[in-house]
Amino acid sequence: MDNLGYLFAAFAVIWAVVFGYILVLMNRQKKLKRDIEKLETDIRQN
Amino acid sequence: MNKSHITKMVLLVLTTISFMAALYLIFFYVPTELSMGVVQRIFYFHVPVAWIALLSYVVIFVSSIMYLRKRSKTWDTVAIAAAEIGFIFTTAFLVTGSIWAKPAWGVWWTWSPRLTSALVLWFIYVAYLTIRAYTQGDDRKARFSSAVAIIGFIDIPIVILSISLWRTQHPSALIFEGGLTPPMLLTLQICILAFTLLYVLILIQSIQINRSILKVRDLRRLKEMNEG
Repeated sequence: MDNLGYLFAAFAVIWAVVFGYILVLMNRQKKLKRDIEKLETDIRQN
Repeated sequence: MNKSHITKMVLLVLTTISFMAALYLIFFYVPTELSMGVVQRIFYFHVPVAWIALLSYVVIFVSSIMYLRKRSKTWDTVAIAAAEIGFIFTTAFLVTGSIWAKPAWGVWWTWSPRLTSALVLWFIYVAYLTIRAYTQGDDRKARFSSAVAIIGFIDIPIVILSISLWRTQHPSALIFEGGLTPPMLLTLQICILAFTLLYVLILIQSIQINRSILKVRDLRRLKEMNEG
């Protein structure tokens, strides 16, 4: 099979980019959820 | 479980199924192209990634026009979500194109109209995101970035038509000229469907995150008011 390395590299780049971005979004979502909960608690206590 | 969560779960299941089908078709069903060999299979991911890069820009363009007309934050959150995803997919579009160019043309990069206009699109995304990051004031930020998005839209027809308007190394519009065999066309259609579903899923998630960012800011203001 010719040029398999290029095929692998192209697919790897796409998966890495997509999954990397999804991970970033998940982390952002988690942090925001924590911030919202904390702020709502603080506001309620005040 | 709310409506938005159900929509995302349905989209996630459909995206997973369509990607599994796409991978099966690419590696076990579609015949190997004669002149380029196995490396031509990059085409089945490269074209959908390019489609998402362009679709995302259309979403930004429409959202920017709607923001300037209505001045609604909702449209601005859609635009910024689409911009980030568009940037990610345009980067993947350029990188996979370059990886495919090396075995196909013997070079990693050539200044052909298609490649150059795609690189210009990437720079427009960078400009858009830079304006978002460094402009002060919500309305100013949204207005400036909307203006850049609307002006930058001129590059989209150039990217699409570049292979028809100029002589270039890049393959002509095989998809629209009947240059693909039925198995190749089916595989490409399933891949485009899979990436479009993934795009919608990520876009919904990203819009929700941008709304949460606004909510956090409003809550911080409220907390400061309570404390002050």
